[in-house]
Amino acid sequence: MRLTLRVWRQNSGQEKGRLVEYEVDDASEDMSFLELIDVLNEKLILRGEEPVAFDHDCREGICGACSMVIDGVPHGPEKATTTCQLHLRQFSDGDTITVEPFRSVGFPVLRDLVVDRSAFDRIIQAGGYITAPTGAAPDAHAILVPKPAADRSFAAANCIGCGACVAACPNGSASLFLGAKITHLGELPQGQPERYERVVKMVAAHDEAGFGGCTNSGACTEVCPKEIPLDVISQLNHDYLAATVHGRGNG
Amino acid sequence: MYTDYTVGAPVADHAAPDGPIETRWERRRFGVKLVNPANKRKMHIIVVGTGLAGASAGASLGELGYHVSSFCYQDSPRRAHSIAAQGGINAAKNYRNDGDSVFRLFYDTVKGGDFRARESNVHRLAEISRQIIDQCVAQGVPFAREYGGLLDTRSFGGVQVSRTFYARGQTGQQLLIGAYQALERQIDAGNVEMHSRHEMLELITVEGRARGIVARDMVTGEITTHLADAVVLASGGYGNVFYLSTNAKGCNVTASWRAHRKGALFANPCYTQIHPTCIPVSGDHQSKLTLMSESLRNDGRVWVPKRHGDDRNPNDIPHEERDYFLERMYPAFGNLVPRDIASRAAKKMCDEKRGVGPTGLGVYLDFDDAIQRMGRAAVAAKYGNLFQMYERITGEDPYQVPMRIFPAVHYTMGGLWVDYDLRSTIPGLYVTGEANFSDHGANRLGASALMQGLADGYFVLPATIGDYLADHHLEPVAPDAPEVREAERAVAERVDTLLSINGHRTVDSFHRELGHLMWDYCGMERTEEGLRKALDRIPELRREFWNNVSVPGSGAALNQSLEKAGRVADFMELAELMCLDALHRTESCGGHFRAESQTEDGEAERDDEHFSYAAAWEYTGQGQAPVLHKEQLTFEYVHPSKRSYK
Repeated sequence: MRLTLRVWRQNSGQEKGRLVEYEVDDASEDMSFLELIDVLNEKLILRGEEPVAFDHDCREGICGACSMVIDGVPHGPEKATTTCQLHLRQFSDGDTITVEPFRSVGFPVLRDLVVDRSAFDRIIQAGGYITAPTGAAPDAHAILVPKPAADRSFAAANCIGCGACVAACPNGSASLFLGAKITHLGELPQGQPERYERVVKMVAAHDEAGFGGCTNSGACTEVCPKEIPLDVISQLNHDYLAATVHGRGNG
Repeated sequence: MYTDYTVGAPVADHAAPDGPIETRWERRRFGVKLVNPANKRKMHIIVVGTGLAGASAGASLGELGYHVSSFCYQDSPRRAHSIAAQGGINAAKNYRNDGDSVFRLFYDTVKGGDFRARESNVHRLAEISRQIIDQCVAQGVPFAREYGGLLDTRSFGGVQVSRTFYARGQTGQQLLIGAYQALERQIDAGNVEMHSRHEMLELITVEGRARGIVARDMVTGEITTHLADAVVLASGGYGNVFYLSTNAKGCNVTASWRAHRKGALFANPCYTQIHPTCIPVSGDHQSKLTLMSESLRNDGRVWVPKRHGDDRNPNDIPHEERDYFLERMYPAFGNLVPRDIASRAAKKMCDEKRGVGPTGLGVYLDFDDAIQRMGRAAVAAKYGNLFQMYERITGEDPYQVPMRIFPAVHYTMGGLWVDYDLRSTIPGLYVTGEANFSDHGANRLGASALMQGLADGYFVLPATIGDYLADHHLEPVAPDAPEVREAERAVAERVDTLLSINGHRTVDSFHRELGHLMWDYCGMERTEEGLRKALDRIPELRREFWNNVSVPGSGAALNQSLEKAGRVADFMELAELMCLDALHRTESCGGHFRAESQTEDGEAERDDEHFSYAAAWEYTGQGQAPVLHKEQLTFEYVHPSKRSYK
């Protein structure tokens, strides 16, 4: 396959970036999208140019590192698929493909396609956990979790923290990411004692990081590679209201 | 026998108490000196790596009150490669009432490792396995559950009980998120200082003790020094020496290798695990291999056509013309034989020209019978995400046509030598998880890596490291101490050298060539002839690398070519040691198969008389003959027998 790539190049967060056009004429449909960038980078290095910087690691769709906007869509055209799992059979010979970083106020660009997503870690630090110090646990079977709750918790815990939801959101909101954690922990009996305190602290960290508010556009769940359902945001709003308006969790 | 190395004094573990194995851990825990809480706050521990072993250690040490600095090369600790573990985690809970026990898990692991692991460590691992499940459930890890609300389990290779706890095909992800959240809680509490996008490039030793690291900030390129009272390496395995493996692209041996060069012995480097069920290579562009979880072998049946060169569509080949070779060769364990055995059997089929797919390097993993027996919906509930992943990569629907699988490098049992306390041969340097060598012998059983990482990080290291810290009143190291300056200088010099070679080959092209060499000569089957070839070629390749590599860009910015170059340089040195270790071990055991040492029917033949030891290698200089220190293994509880799964 012969493909034309228009790739965002930016030396650092302080400098301006631009789209640069490259040709790759020996792509194959069995390649993953990241392997296409690998092939391009090998050519660039041999030409004495700097390769395109991009985040990637596991290349099997689970670590959440890869973060490209492909033809305007975070992770590209295939539904429920991370960039690393996107294969070129989704494209046609002769296509021109535009590749940009995840863009959002909360995700400043570091170089080329690499962005800083440390705000997600700060949201988790604020309360995205159950306080269970090592060694203090009762026998696992002392805690019964009804299967529907366990399944719903798992569906939310599926989130890989990639940030596609933020990149797709017209308001740059991280509500899907946040709602997923609220739902993962809030569905479990172990998560109840800190449930309301958690949501208040996590929402504050979310806002402080510069992420916008949710207007229920649903763009996030459309691009989510793990198909985190939109109703985790309803759960987030429900818990937040319960904590703030109804004063739940304040003793 | 071979002149490429010398034999030094034996090495032994002195930390495990003697006496009944069932109480050794309890007695050791009572024996360790304690650090009082006020003193813990003054003590600083560096943890390199945030996978299961590193995140759990960082969180637990922080909870104890130590001051912890944690490092990872990823942009967030949550992305460490433990996250990709699919199948599950073993624990001797016996919730199934199927005859499981701590002793059985201990027995299975020692046998599964082909009698090349240390009994004391393995028994402790089996004991702790039960606490791990409790801990993870308390953290909110959403394990699979039955309708009654209790935890579900499944079977894994090499065992006949159902002791594997799982969270669909994403167990590693869920366990890591649990440990990551515990770590983030400690970051918020101010007990852990997190350094993401930082790569450790050197270990600092002062008066023979590990006292810090030199790291590179991967965004700014700044070289920074971090001093501490002890250093923990939880930096994972070295499977990427083969270029193609199931490891994440960034996984590397640099932290371990730097420590090895500073005096830490490296044990059993040739013990690598080749996983039988991975998606076959599709072309030269291939950048990594994707595992299909071993759990699939619970319901999938592995086969090849009986007839050579039978290239019919698999669905057109009738059952009686299929060779379900694992069921035929190993009737007792069938498709659930351990990984090393399943991999070699698949290779044998392909060597007999009965392999399938465009390259002939593949065998079928078929769910046809499972779908007929359980229904498509039940199969989808159990394995849906794996089927989806397979379809994305290959463009084929495994509900309609059998999966094609082939073995791939997956895990490394070798690693830095540690004693029962997980302490390396450098005082103050501890090694946990895949980075150490201790628990899996020559072959790791499925669902045991997660168990070991969390056992080390949550329970073992936090108990044992205090013994060292309480016992040694360490004076602070001056930031301008000569040892510190020397380590900083070495790092800066290496970075400058790599950037100034300006050669004509990319780092990846060297890495690929090295990987091919290792796969051909130090992969699933090793021979003296092949290993000697590799040992001739690797030093040449290394010299070419240092003369002809091209690393564009600057050291003072985000530079991924530079990061890769440093890692590949260390892989080149490791590769040589792996081949030497494989050459010296003329027996076959577990994942190490020497063609010269096999039984009449092609099974691995151990040589307990000569090789019942862990081979711990001492570094003496690049290209110099290393020194072999043997740790003799004694088996008081599980008597070494011929490992049979027939």
